Amino acid sequence: MLPVHHLLYLGALLFTTGLMITIIKRNAIMVLLGLELMLNAANLNLIAFNQQTPGSPDGQMFALFVIVVAVSEVAVGLAIVLRVYRYFQTAVPDEIRELKD
Amino acid sequence: MITFLFYLFALLAGASALTILFVRNVFYGALSLMACLLSIAALYVLAYAEFVAVTQILIYAGGIAIVILFGIMLTSRVRGVPLVVQHNNLFGAVVAGVALFGLLVTVFSHHTVTPVPTSTEGTQTLQPAQAIGVATLTAYLLPFEVIGILLLIAAVGAMVIAGSLKSKQP
Repeated sequence: MLPVHHLLYLGALLFTTGLMITIIKRNAIMVLLGLELMLNAANLNLIAFNQQTPGSPDGQMFALFVIVVAVSEVAVGLAIVLRVYRYFQTAVPDEIRELKD
Repeated sequence: MITFLFYLFALLAGASALTILFVRNVFYGALSLMACLLSIAALYVLAYAEFVAVTQILIYAGGIAIVILFGIMLTSRVRGVPLVVQHNNLFGAVVAGVALFGLLVTVFSHHTVTPVPTSTEGTQTLQPAQAIGVATLTAYLLPFEVIGILLLIAAVGAMVIAGSLKSKQP
């Protein structure tokens, strides 16, 4: 059995890194990468706690659902980024200042 | 051996995550994210969550990697020039990150986690993947169906959003 606390520390590091990527980077695709990293940090915590209840797959089921939601999020997010890029010729959210035609 | 592998893959995951933070080329960032996600999949295998590990490799390395690389290639402004990202809000991000990391580590280091003895007799004899299959179709049937509908809506919505494109500056 892996040490739970070290998995939790790794999850905290990944979550914090994802948050900093989301704040720092100006490109929308890099922001999506940061969001993926944060979701994976949450998944790592779920798996770490699932280890503590042997014989019960509850934590793994939650992790699977989180993965599916992450896939949906990145698919729709990238579609929106592509559409915004085709319309405004930029993928930097700060440079988009108007909402309608 | 397992301890050595655990720390190796944990180091790989942390290092590749920090690499995303420091690189400016979006393509290298996406490749570092893939390395990080595959290291996390290895950690899942070490934590006896094989099915989640296989799902992670299939979906992230097979699906999201391709989608993100397509997105990068479709949004680079000049052909042949790598897409370089600018940084901003450095001070606020460092403050928020250090504060959150310190808070989480402080909370974790003050709590001990003890294993919970399970009393369920039926799932003891099943393999882990079998237990997940049984749980999917019994206890988690409604969330399973709902998440299927959500995935369908997301796929159709992504196609509709990215499908009919019109340009403001032709």
